[in-house]
Amino acid sequence: MSSSALLWIVVLPLLGTLVPLVAQRWGKTACAVATAILPATALLLVLQFHADVVAQTPLTASWHWIPSLGLNLSFHLDGLGFLFALLILGIGLLVILYARYYLSDEDPMGRFYAYLILFMTAMLGVVLSNNLIQLWMFWELTSVSSFLLISFWSHRSDARRGARMALAITGAGGLALLAGLLLIGQVVGSFDLQTVLASGALVRAHDAYPVILGLILLGAFTKSAQFPFHFWLPHAMAAPTPVSAYLHSATMVKAGIFLLARFFPVLAGTEMWFLVVGLTGLATLLLGAYTALFKHDLKGLLAYSTISHLGLITLLLGMHSELAAVAAVFHIINHAVFKASLFMAAGIIDHESGTRDMRKLNGLWNYMPHTATLAMVASASMAGIPLFNGFLSKEMFFAETLHPGALGSLSWMIPVFATVGAALSVAYSVRFIHDVFFNGEPIDLPKTPHEPPRYMKVPVEILVALCILVGIFPEFMVGELLAAASQSVIRTELPEYGLSIWHGFNLPLMMSLAAVIGGAFIYYHRGTLFQLQAQFPERDMKAEFEKGVVALLGVAHRIMAWIDNGSLQRYSLLLVLAAIVMLAAPLTGLVRALGDKSLMPVDPFAAIAGFLLCVSALATVVLHRQRLVALLMLSVAGLIVSMAFSYFSAPDLALTQLTVEVVTIVLLLLALFFLPQSTPKETDPRRIARDLGLAAIAGGIIGTLSYALMTRSLDSIADYFVANSKTGGGGTNVVNVILVDFRGFDTLGEITVLGIAALGIFGLISRMPLYLPARDAFGNRWSNDVHPMMLGMVSRWLLPMALLVSVFIFLRGHNQPGGGFIAGLITAIAILQQYIANGVEWVRGRLRIHYAAMIGTGLGIALFSGVGSWFFGRPFLTTWFDYFSWPVVGKFELASAMVFDLGVYLTVIGATLMILANLGELSTRHRPDSRGES
Amino acid sequence: MEGVYAVCVGLLTACGIFLLLRRRTYTVVLGITLLSYAVNLFLFASGGLKLNAAAILGGNGDFADPLTQALVLTAIVIGFAMTAFIMVLAMVARAEMGNDHVDGTDVDHERTPEKEAQ
Repeated sequence: MSSSALLWIVVLPLLGTLVPLVAQRWGKTACAVATAILPATALLLVLQFHADVVAQTPLTASWHWIPSLGLNLSFHLDGLGFLFALLILGIGLLVILYARYYLSDEDPMGRFYAYLILFMTAMLGVVLSNNLIQLWMFWELTSVSSFLLISFWSHRSDARRGARMALAITGAGGLALLAGLLLIGQVVGSFDLQTVLASGALVRAHDAYPVILGLILLGAFTKSAQFPFHFWLPHAMAAPTPVSAYLHSATMVKAGIFLLARFFPVLAGTEMWFLVVGLTGLATLLLGAYTALFKHDLKGLLAYSTISHLGLITLLLGMHSELAAVAAVFHIINHAVFKASLFMAAGIIDHESGTRDMRKLNGLWNYMPHTATLAMVASASMAGIPLFNGFLSKEMFFAETLHPGALGSLSWMIPVFATVGAALSVAYSVRFIHDVFFNGEPIDLPKTPHEPPRYMKVPVEILVALCILVGIFPEFMVGELLAAASQSVIRTELPEYGLSIWHGFNLPLMMSLAAVIGGAFIYYHRGTLFQLQAQFPERDMKAEFEKGVVALLGVAHRIMAWIDNGSLQRYSLLLVLAAIVMLAAPLTGLVRALGDKSLMPVDPFAAIAGFLLCVSALATVVLHRQRLVALLMLSVAGLIVSMAFSYFSAPDLALTQLTVEVVTIVLLLLALFFLPQSTPKETDPRRIARDLGLAAIAGGIIGTLSYALMTRSLDSIADYFVANSKTGGGGTNVVNVILVDFRGFDTLGEITVLGIAALGIFGLISRMPLYLPARDAFGNRWSNDVHPMMLGMVSRWLLPMALLVSVFIFLRGHNQPGGGFIAGLITAIAILQQYIANGVEWVRGRLRIHYAAMIGTGLGIALFSGVGSWFFGRPFLTTWFDYFSWPVVGKFELASAMVFDLGVYLTVIGATLMILANLGELSTRHRPDSRGES
Repeated sequence: MEGVYAVCVGLLTACGIFLLLRRRTYTVVLGITLLSYAVNLFLFASGGLKLNAAAILGGNGDFADPLTQALVLTAIVIGFAMTAFIMVLAMVARAEMGNDHVDGTDVDHERTPEKEAQ
């Protein structure tokens, strides 16, 4: 059997999630049988590896996924994984059989099985993963599938609430686990489990060890219901009982224990490990055992008993001795076997009598003696009675507690507490049997109890048989398995231990004896204890948990309400603040703003222009309440910016800025017509002061940053473009070649955005309810004499010249300043001027251009020119160019980039005119004369 | 010269941000326009300032950084499209809400206690 079969162990059940959904139409039995086939095959696959595992030759199978991130699909089967895989698949199959009889006809069986098998897959993934991230992914999948299973009866409120609580607790623990695993990955430098397991010393010596330990333990403790996270488990009992038997006793809650065992070689062995893990285990052991005694609900008793036994295993792992680890592994096996059978027995009782309340259930021995016998054997095992499997691991546990531990002179407490815990365990086991099967007659049960269907008892019988067989022939039954699993936990020589029933009269046996007598004593005097306990008000953890969730949501809501209060001003403020913080922090690390480059001398004319720029910007701010004036000031600033571009060797930019400036100002003027002509005075001086301060700080930061950038020589990739512009792109205007060739794809995206913006604006305008003022800011009616004669005539003469210029600018663009963008804007301005000078009617009569079609055509041409290069086997948007000679004209160049530029040209014209012409027409077609001020 | 340039960029930024934080749509658009001047100048200058060095091959062999110029050129055009869009949005908002406050209400969010209390 090759190791790649490991993948199938996980994949088969995953495929199996679909089977019950298909098979449920063939009836319940067929559905259960069909569902069982794939997990059974997976179980056989696991068993194939028995010899390898016993021989201590673990198997690994890996597939590359994202190797650069250290993420591989990787599975590993060693003793521990083998043991868990057996438990998961073996008990899983028994649960499938049991659920066949447990579920009623109304329950959607296919869905139930699908969830169950999904959970099975997730658990197998957890125990077989060889990669930390992969392990975590399956870990979260167990939480999710557990949520689905607990809330299976989703019409019941307690099921929904219990499922939510379980998901919240285990999900939160899962996040902590992820953080811990990522930290381990950081420390070790790998997410590969084997590498991590081999680097235990490195992790334990690292500064981050306490954090790692805390996070991993959070994950493990929430999953395994350790104190103080134990409260979700009793509420998860709202799930159908097969789920409780499977998830909440045998497998999922053991995932946390599995994690502790898996990382035992990495994390264990420190004082901190003992204190946190050991004491948490001890507290959970006692608390669980004590609470279990008082539960009237059959499943509630078993749930707290489970918590208690999980605490016992945790305590054993916390002790960090080799023998304790062996005992822990042994108890994992034993607990899974007897607790699953007890849950199934409880389910049978519930199923056949209609209640789980032990105050009503009495004397069932007369009605279901067979089930009662099975339950008694399992309970005896739970109580740790000799000849049953629970006894053996409990003896080992007692023996381990006697070793002097890290508690120093207080170490005697541990065996005492352990005995107390065991006595309580005996007490609740006795109660489970005596209260249910004897102790008088049943009290008004909903149904007359009777034995369940024959095959419903088969899973219980198998498990109970295991309890006895392991209890009597431990070495024969589990010797090899236990050795292999323990070996992979402790990873050193196995200690000497003997799996036999009789070890002679020793202290552990005395402790067992004391526990049994003590337990019987406690049960006999339970009345007193119940009265004592009744004085403490019972806390409804569900309500408290939900209160906590509501409080948390309230805090989140308040934070959100502060950030997201519906005010754009608040958002802008937060953005500016964030930008200031992000920029200022690195700038404080810069020793001085002035760099190494020699500065340019100050040109007096340029300085005057700079001064004008500052004045116009300040004037825009100071006069911003008079909107028209502020707009004029703004336009001055824009003009000087375009001059600055021209002065500092950027002719293309200067031309673009100049033309865009024109259309922007026209746009803002048009918009002003529809808006108030002045801004009301700000009422709050504090806000003005605050904003002035913020603006000054932000401006100072940006100015400093700009200065620091300009005065440093920076490595730029610009040289590449300069060097390849002519040879690669066939043009001498490097800026234009970058736009249409090197970065042509960016430009294509950009004109697409332009087109979309124009269409969006058109959409907004065409649905705009008009708000048209009849008078201007000074109360004058708008002039009727809209088109001055002189302007109209001059504009008409200018149009062909402007168009000629734009064609010229377009054609020379590849080699001289110009290009599609600028030419398009010039054309748009020339047409716009006709609108302004001669009116909409005049232009519409003479110029029938469909602007949207123009945008579409432009984009189409640009796209086509890019796609065209595919036909020549070149990548998208590769330029082709060559030189031609025509008579008269002489030698000239043709480049496919010019076709692309034509697309840009058309899109720019279409978009600009679509925006401005539509906006302009809005006010003219509906001339605001008779409607009056609205 | 770099100092003068940096002062201009800083001042344009400051003026732009101040107007951006006002509460009337038109003022905010003016602020954004000023801010976009500042951003464009800033991006342009990150390639270094040069005189008589247009990135046209066949000149004196000294070239201004063409990459930042190409970047800014597209930024200018996109900037126009975005300015136009928010301006029209502001007009629609004014027409539908009846005021030109950026939050669509003439009430100041920051200073209404009942809003804060929610």
